[in-house]
Amino acid sequence: MSILVDRKTRVVVQGITGGEGSFHARQMIEYGTQVVAGVTPGKGGQLFDGMVPIYDTVTAAVRGTKADAAIAFVPAPFAADAVMEAADAGVRLVVCITEGIPMNDMLRVTEYLAKKPTRLIGPNCPGIITPGGCKLGIMPGFIHKPGKVGVISRSGTLTYEAVGQLTGLGLGQSTCIGIGGDPIVGTTFVDALELFEADKKTEAVVMIGEIGGAAEEEAARFIEEKMTKPVVSFISGQTAPPGRRMGHAGAIIAGGKGTAAEKMAALEAAGVAVCTSPADIGRMVKKILEARKHMEE
Amino acid sequence: MKIHEYQAKELLAQYGVPVQKGAVAYKPREVRRLVEKMELPRVVLKAQVHAGGRGKAGGIKVADTAIEAEELAGKMFGMKLVTPQTGSEGKIVRRILVTEAADIARELYAGIVLDRSRRELVFMVSQAGGVEIEKVAEEHPEQIIKEYIDRAAGLQAFQARRLAFALDLTGPLFRPAVQLFLDLYKAYIACDATLLEINPLVVTPDQKLLALDVKFNIDDNALFRHPEIQAMRDTGEEEPLEVEASKSNLNYIKLDGNVGCMVNGAGLAMATMDIIKLAGAEPANFLDVGGGATAETVENGFRIILSDKHVQAILINIFGGIVRCDRVARGVIEAAKKTGIRIPVVVRLAGTNAEEAAVLLEESGMNFGVAKDLAEAARLVVAALHSA
Repeated sequence: MSILVDRKTRVVVQGITGGEGSFHARQMIEYGTQVVAGVTPGKGGQLFDGMVPIYDTVTAAVRGTKADAAIAFVPAPFAADAVMEAADAGVRLVVCITEGIPMNDMLRVTEYLAKKPTRLIGPNCPGIITPGGCKLGIMPGFIHKPGKVGVISRSGTLTYEAVGQLTGLGLGQSTCIGIGGDPIVGTTFVDALELFEADKKTEAVVMIGEIGGAAEEEAARFIEEKMTKPVVSFISGQTAPPGRRMGHAGAIIAGGKGTAAEKMAALEAAGVAVCTSPADIGRMVKKILEARKHMEE
Repeated sequence: MKIHEYQAKELLAQYGVPVQKGAVAYKPREVRRLVEKMELPRVVLKAQVHAGGRGKAGGIKVADTAIEAEELAGKMFGMKLVTPQTGSEGKIVRRILVTEAADIARELYAGIVLDRSRRELVFMVSQAGGVEIEKVAEEHPEQIIKEYIDRAAGLQAFQARRLAFALDLTGPLFRPAVQLFLDLYKAYIACDATLLEINPLVVTPDQKLLALDVKFNIDDNALFRHPEIQAMRDTGEEEPLEVEASKSNLNYIKLDGNVGCMVNGAGLAMATMDIIKLAGAEPANFLDVGGGATAETVENGFRIILSDKHVQAILINIFGGIVRCDRVARGVIEAAKKTGIRIPVVVRLAGTNAEEAAVLLEESGMNFGVAKDLAEAARLVVAALHSA
């Protein structure tokens, strides 16, 4: 088992003929993802790489191929529109990789999606992968390994770092989700934790947070009240100065709020194993899973 | 993006928000001419820097005549303004807002900001204006009244009325207050703001409302549709190295330490800063070179990092992923040769072809420290710092 995506997921790539879109569509296909359609307005009827049909609209793509998930490689000014188009076409999941979407656009998207059954992952994220099953994103597939650890993160390469550590220690992953580094994201830590808690295969969860906002504090409350599975966490930005946006639009300590120290304290109080060093994430998961095994024996 | 008070007031005036008459000046003589032209009994000179707390630092002065204004401005221009928000290095005054003096009966607060948890905008008002709102929120949260703004419907008149009543803006002030709140919301949306604060919003003795000081931050991601606001950017207010870095599409933030770092990805860049600190040194910067990490971006990264004279060692941490590490390694070697780097450089490359990359680095004759993981990279760079 896994969450949200697996071998059966049928993917439509929005912006499949663009530079990013075509490169990553090929990478996803190579990984084994079922890329069943692409969308580029005005190029409907053509074939991508001689095999993937291109449609003018997401609606036509869904009608023609029964795609149930979309991934958008669309420039920031047009990305909100792309996400809403995917939701309108009825896919159950849309991943938005795009960085730099205006906040007001995301407020509109949030409102639009509230009335639809579609879940958004991102924006400004690497996407989601169920190792060995489906890669719906831009992450390097080969660092992953099928297994039992769920990974949720606001970051891209830091997620790869954590996954690399897990795989290096022989710990595979059930599903890894990059929820995105923006102030408004479609899927939150709490949403993802809830899915991992319900997933039979996931035995432990790694949650990688960072400065800014209160998503980690909300996650801490959820973990304390609802989670039975162990959670390991790392919060980046312990050395970040206040008032500065650290790369991600959402990574800012504003009005003294959103510091790494506050988040780490909230998570620790909720029983989460919080790593101070990003180099310890894998080892911490291993230690906790082994301790659990001993207890069961 | 931050803009100056005078720019914010120009924008708000277009939406009907009441602001004082005023204009910006760059020279003392210009200040004098402005005062003469405005024919005002009394003017206020306000230093225009991207930081609050100017009054106590000497950045706001009152003058009764044009000559006095010119004299005061002569002392203000070029002065280093140090406020709690500028840090110890302060900000040089290069622009002064010359504005009409206002009499004040009451000082209030009004602000609009995103509530990230609710994913809604929130309109906040308080009777405790003129002081830092964060302080009020901390010490007297009950003194802040909030109206959450429906994402589809926007701020409604009934909400604006509730805000006005909460501030005791009744009688002749009531209608103008309701209009003011609706106009502020309109300006926030139309300009793609991320923060709009009127602090203080004053009531004058003759029962008028005035936006006395304004903080208006605009969403960088929306600037593409606001060329007129983009043109307001004052790079003189920004760290020169950061301006330089942004020209090469690098995301750089200067810090106080001596270990420079170059990383791909913002989260990993922050984590790299953190592990440098844990290993016993201080990071000199945040630098995200983006996904590609080509020879050109690495070279630009080196130049920016080396422009900071405090830097004594550099840590490069690239999680290659889809980009091949041997390519990144070639880029690093080429860039290091081109920039003639003399301080120790520790490189950690992870991902495809990481082993070939390590061999390339070791055989380059450039004396790189090559680390196989994050912890070792931090250890090596701190050791290099101490032996240097």
